[in-house]
Amino acid sequence: MIVTLSKDVMKVVKDQDVVPFRNRVKEYAVKIKMGLVNQTKLITAASELVRNMLKYASGGEILIEIITKGRDNGIRLTFKDKGPGIPDIDLAMKDGFSTGKSLGLGLPGTKRLVSEFDIKTIVGEGTTVRIIKWANG
Amino acid sequence: MERIPILRMGHYLLVTIQVELYDRLALSLETDLVQMVNKTSAKGVLIDISAVAIVDSFMGRIIGNIASMSKILDAQTVVVGMQPAVAITLVELGLSLPNVFTALDVQKGMDLLASMIDVEQEDFDDYEDNNS
Repeated sequence: MIVTLSKDVMKVVKDQDVVPFRNRVKEYAVKIKMGLVNQTKLITAASELVRNMLKYASGGEILIEIITKGRDNGIRLTFKDKGPGIPDIDLAMKDGFSTGKSLGLGLPGTKRLVSEFDIKTIVGEGTTVRIIKWANG
Repeated sequence: MERIPILRMGHYLLVTIQVELYDRLALSLETDLVQMVNKTSAKGVLIDISAVAIVDSFMGRIIGNIASMSKILDAQTVVVGMQPAVAITLVELGLSLPNVFTALDVQKGMDLLASMIDVEQEDFDDYEDNNS
């Protein structure tokens, strides 16, 4: 069972909000003694997802949580936006696919960087992406 | 607006990124640097990212773009000082920067640039300077 130890909500609506958000994630990761490589992976994944949110949904809200499951501690990030949603989620998860002018590494790349990845989207209503990175995972 | 300084040293342009990168900052660096290459006819560009903790797909792409654009303008780019955690993350993300030259530190980067740049051209420049 996953228990939340502490949580925090941040709004990201413009490009400059990204740096403070990344710093906050780092603070949380340091708090649970996550190693440097895992920290870097988590913050990079967060950076990808927050860009998607800004680009396709003009921003949204992120829930940052310290969670625990048995002996494992981890960080859970929930990105919630009220954007257009993703019509074909399987296609969006493919390497190299992008509707924008990017490399299309964002979603599939992010999934490779974290321990758990979950995406829920409803066209016209928005998208919620939830990732977990365990301190030792 | 915040900007990353570009220093000129002879045939080279030096950039040390000392702040956390975000998209707009990276984009303005790309534009500034390519314009500087053109304006100064620089032969080499050295980008030090030892202070950068996060390089995601967008910033990785910008680094690749700078290298490709400079190449077209006849300048070589070397990226130095990448942190090991950043390298691990970039490759796992799927971005291995195949067209970008890298070196471990500034010294090795400058050596690499010097070896790539056409020495005869430099001699010719010196010759011209001495005779004008």
